[in-house]
Amino acid sequence: MATEKLSQRTLRSPLGRVRGLGAAKEGAHHWWVQRLTAVALVPLTLWFVASVIVLGGASHGEVVLWMARPHNTVLLLALIGATFWHGALGLQVVIEDYIRSERTRLAAMLAMKAAMLLLALFAAVAVLKVAL
Amino acid sequence: MATFTLPANSRIGAGQTHKAPAGAKRVKEFRVYRWNPDDGQNPRMDTFEIDLDQCGPMVLDALIKIKNEVDTTVTFRRSCREGICGSCAMNIDGTNTLACLKPIDEVQGPVRITPLPHMPVVKDLVPDLSQPYAQLRSIEPWLKADTPPPPDAERLQSKEERAKLDGLWECILCFCCSTSCPSYWWNGDRYLGPAVLLQAYRWIADSRDEATGERLDALEDPFKLYRCHTIMNCTKTCPKGLNPAQAIGEIKKLIVERRG
Repeated sequence: MATEKLSQRTLRSPLGRVRGLGAAKEGAHHWWVQRLTAVALVPLTLWFVASVIVLGGASHGEVVLWMARPHNTVLLLALIGATFWHGALGLQVVIEDYIRSERTRLAAMLAMKAAMLLLALFAAVAVLKVAL
Repeated sequence: MATFTLPANSRIGAGQTHKAPAGAKRVKEFRVYRWNPDDGQNPRMDTFEIDLDQCGPMVLDALIKIKNEVDTTVTFRRSCREGICGSCAMNIDGTNTLACLKPIDEVQGPVRITPLPHMPVVKDLVPDLSQPYAQLRSIEPWLKADTPPPPDAERLQSKEERAKLDGLWECILCFCCSTSCPSYWWNGDRYLGPAVLLQAYRWIADSRDEATGERLDALEDPFKLYRCHTIMNCTKTCPKGLNPAQAIGEIKKLIVERRG
């Protein structure tokens, strides 16, 4: 029957296919950290937007001085960390949802995580260079 | 990649039109998905004009009338015709529901009827549900306890413990919810889907069951459980008014809770 050709490319039983390799015992950490970083980003983003508004029209020297204040440096680094961590977790979900081939998925995942890590380091080093 | 377009042999063509009998006053158009595995043709949408004065109030009544009086080859599943067996689950007017519970007069314009989305079709409105059935089997939907039951008596539950099963036991396994979920469409081979996860939670929430941790272990997986992104199609479409999305949320909460 045609449906069998469609749904049963293997002679393995449906239960065997569904059980597959079993549960990875993973995913809870991803789920939890995605929510934690989301919550952390609310005050951090509000603080950053408010600071940018306050600094509007400030001279280069004033902005450098603002960034060099320890609490501002720390909050900027926290904002960078939370943003890129949250972004990487979110993009991971998109890749897992839409890329079917295991090899392409692994390649896309590694490339995405490397890009996010490098971008985060780039942003952090830029802040530190100005601040220190 | 996920499949967003239909393969060439699944494109739906125009079908036949069966006119209403002369003299019919309240005519409603039913457009029904037809596909026969044996004739090598592409699927098509057949149009049936039905005199509502000669037909029961529900979409299933119209389908039965079509099969009895117009075209006996129209194929669909039905049994109880009162929303308790889950057989007549199909997509009506763009929403998965039970044909027996869907009043015809709720649909504006022609009534478009297709099988449950993104399942292999056996024939016409009959989907192949072996995948969700195997997934249901995989979560072991039965009571697991090491403590033997009291002799000559049932295992007891308090009223509060029993109340936790309300909203879960009513599921009739029609799979309207699973087949409405984009995550289940794209990754249904590994994601268990809302119907099966609601059943999993039904046993996790049962105070008589002693395998809660084992059950959570079997679900903690990026694909089996965490493909749920709280899209809420499941809850919106459930013909029994249940909330699978909430049950999935409770499972995720318990898994976080046990990490300490």
